[in-house]
Amino acid sequence: MSKVITASNLTKQFGHFTAVDHISFEVEQGEIFGFLGANGAGKTTAMRMLCGLSKPTSGIGKVAGYDIRTQSELVKKNIGYMSQKFSLYDDLKVWENIELYAGIYGMNDKEIKEKTDKLMHELNFEHERDLLVGSLPLGFKQKLAFSVAIFHHPKVVFLDEPTGGVDPVTRRMFWELIYKAAEDGITIFVTTHYMDEAEYCNRVSIMVDGRIDALDSPINLRNQYGAKSMDEVFQKLARKSQRTE
Amino acid sequence: MVSCTDLHKSYGKTMALQGVGFEVNEGEIFGIIGPDGAGKTTLFRILTTLILADKGTATVNGFDVVNDYREIRKCVGYMPGRFSLYQDLTVEENLNFFATVFNTTVEENYELIKDIYQQIEPFKKRRAGKLSGGMKQKLALSCALIHKPTVLFLDEPTTGVDPVSRKEFWGMLKKLKAQGITILVSTPYMDEASLCDRIAMIQHGRFLNIDAPQNIVNQYKNTLLAVRSMNMSKLLNDLRANKLYENSFAFGDAHHLSIESEKLEIKKLEEYLVGCGHTNIEITKIEPTIEDCFMELSKI
Repeated sequence: MSKVITASNLTKQFGHFTAVDHISFEVEQGEIFGFLGANGAGKTTAMRMLCGLSKPTSGIGKVAGYDIRTQSELVKKNIGYMSQKFSLYDDLKVWENIELYAGIYGMNDKEIKEKTDKLMHELNFEHERDLLVGSLPLGFKQKLAFSVAIFHHPKVVFLDEPTGGVDPVTRRMFWELIYKAAEDGITIFVTTHYMDEAEYCNRVSIMVDGRIDALDSPINLRNQYGAKSMDEVFQKLARKSQRTE
Repeated sequence: MVSCTDLHKSYGKTMALQGVGFEVNEGEIFGIIGPDGAGKTTLFRILTTLILADKGTATVNGFDVVNDYREIRKCVGYMPGRFSLYQDLTVEENLNFFATVFNTTVEENYELIKDIYQQIEPFKKRRAGKLSGGMKQKLALSCALIHKPTVLFLDEPTTGVDPVSRKEFWGMLKKLKAQGITILVSTPYMDEASLCDRIAMIQHGRFLNIDAPQNIVNQYKNTLLAVRSMNMSKLLNDLRANKLYENSFAFGDAHHLSIESEKLEIKKLEEYLVGCGHTNIEITKIEPTIEDCFMELSKI
């Protein structure tokens, strides 16, 4: 198994404030890795470093085989990213959104066309192809946004609270897409506030005050903390936080 | 305290509300539970007199939302989904501003907001725009309460908030309820339903059901099973592959299988799964969660 993400003592300071405090972990290819933590624990800062958007103060990070400090442009080329807030352009059509993103990632027209046909078929979106994304229901948009994020077949995709606000059935269908992508060898790095979704991950880390306080499979974490659910594990750990946000 | 009948509202072709009616009693925590786009915000905007319904009537505290909108605005507190305080005013200035607009002072109603406001008071000189998510939420709640409203409308106060802070927030609502304030709160998190006295489940502008959370659970028609095996991802596919068990969904560490009680033979299910090559099979009858109920009701 190859390591797709390696973080070793990764640290980020803003002035006197240490947002991310010497975190170390590895994520393997095809793994679904849940990155949990309370608001203000440092998740976003850590994720921005791993995506090559922010340079670490100290420590080493490698993503998709590239150094996040010295090769951040190559990191960006080899990852996918999706968040609840930023995903697609509402005033572009479905196929236009795909073409735009695929083009930015340097895919050629023939490849884009073939893959778009295949994707529309797989998602059962053939009738929506020429519709404006803004006119689609939220569940549709989320699925499309995820598919666009992995359209260039990145080694790893970062998902920042991808399922916020969607209905329970759509939320589960979305996770089925995640499973499928993982089976295709794409590594999934995901944050969520739904603790039932933490159970769907192969392994989960929990950040408290900039540190990773726990990292294991959900079942091992539940056993280790004598908890019935991941929600209980989270409540036990995150309550220790000293940060006043 | 709040009552409405047959509310309709469309935006162009989009029908946001398609005939919604309910009543909220004094001192109740009433939850509107549903996904984004279900119509929650539209409903709140009508009840807080910010927009007009196309059809139907509504009263808040006995006042009509159309004719007596001025009276309603005096006696309700509203915390919109998007942070709407003045980002470039400090914590303290925001609170004073809202108190002044409602012809009162912070001192006069300090008792009511004390528990909440004390947590952000150390930062009272900080601009609201510079606060963290949790602190913004506490400030917004303080501002919505400063004129001592009789009814409080909270539109998705916990969206995007982590599980620990969400629990804290619901603790605050319990205390406000104890002071006699009626609370209408909307949320996309189904697990928060059990913290309400009664809930309305909303989808596509219609209510699926209105009742106490436990009653909704009790009304669940089918039998619900939690199924586990060594290979959870294959298990879900195998369950769905069989017509009888196709109503299966991943639910945290187990799959939930909903099946008509008379069609259920646990032995048969077990045999089927053994036949598919599963090991360490666990099948348990369980009580449905609100999310199970929502999924069941929204199917029809």
